[in-house]
Amino acid sequence: MTQQSLTLDQVTVGDALPELAVDVDVTAVVLGAMASRDWRPMHHDKDFAVERNGTRHIFVNTPHNAAYFERYITDWTGPRGRLGRIRFRMKDSVFPGDRMVFHGQVKDVAKDETGCGWVDLTLELTVGEKTTTECTARVALPVSGDDNPWQRKGDRWRP
Amino acid sequence: MSELPEEVRSWIGEKRYELEGEFDVERGYVFTTCASVENGNPLFWDEKVANDLTDGFIAPPSMISVWFRPHYWAPDRVEQAQPLQVHFDLKDRLGLPEAVMTDNTIVFREPVRPGDRLRTHQVLRSVSEEKTTKLGTGRFWVIDVEYENQRGESVGTESYTGFGYRRKA
Repeated sequence: MTQQSLTLDQVTVGDALPELAVDVDVTAVVLGAMASRDWRPMHHDKDFAVERNGTRHIFVNTPHNAAYFERYITDWTGPRGRLGRIRFRMKDSVFPGDRMVFHGQVKDVAKDETGCGWVDLTLELTVGEKTTTECTARVALPVSGDDNPWQRKGDRWRP
Repeated sequence: MSELPEEVRSWIGEKRYELEGEFDVERGYVFTTCASVENGNPLFWDEKVANDLTDGFIAPPSMISVWFRPHYWAPDRVEQAQPLQVHFDLKDRLGLPEAVMTDNTIVFREPVRPGDRLRTHQVLRSVSEEKTTKLGTGRFWVIDVEYENQRGESVGTESYTGFGYRRKA
């Protein structure tokens, strides 16, 4: 597996992250719910979801949604990218049969007082024409080939 | 407009509902989570990369709340507080039967590692005046859920903004 990672000097405000499209099926929704220990039936029992929640199918749960965003961000940064902060707002549900498309853009590139390189991102998850989740994230990137944000601790890590 | 009850006011800033996870952080859930989103980050799969960059395997940061969800069944279980118990206390004490979460922010600090046994507590940060939205009339509140490892190091904070409300008649 590759250790290839972006460095801060390779990133510019306005850069777009490569889009990621994911076709969601029932197995993925159930797998995500079980992985996050979410046993609530609307994430694995279609009858319950339809009859009790009034939705058209089971749907992706919140931690699964967060895990997709983490994957989207670190697919772009590589393993040295270290997530500092993520904020998201789920506006609509994602169902089996949906094609999710992740989009992202670089909003800010900066170094903090300790010399840590930071990139601020705005991200969006869409299904068709609809935005289902809005997200912002702050991720640390190495400032040089031998820098490693994961080695920062205590006051040298300011997410 | 009704006053905020003194009991609720006293909760603001108070450390409440300290809990320890039911089990050690383990790689089985890490693999299942990575598989569920096809996350091939070598930090979770490749021991050499993990040793080089993070001094050994870590768990995906976004899994932070996973380590506190009770399993579906356990012998002799007694009801215990949930990671967002303060949210349910507020609904109950303020007489607001409905609630939605409007915002979720997670700040990540020390990496979570297999073998860690995490602890959590909740802090109510604020409760708004009564407000009316398209959902109904109620109050917004902000709850921080703090997570730390067995060495007392912060591994992260989840901050939730909730809106508890009564539906319009």
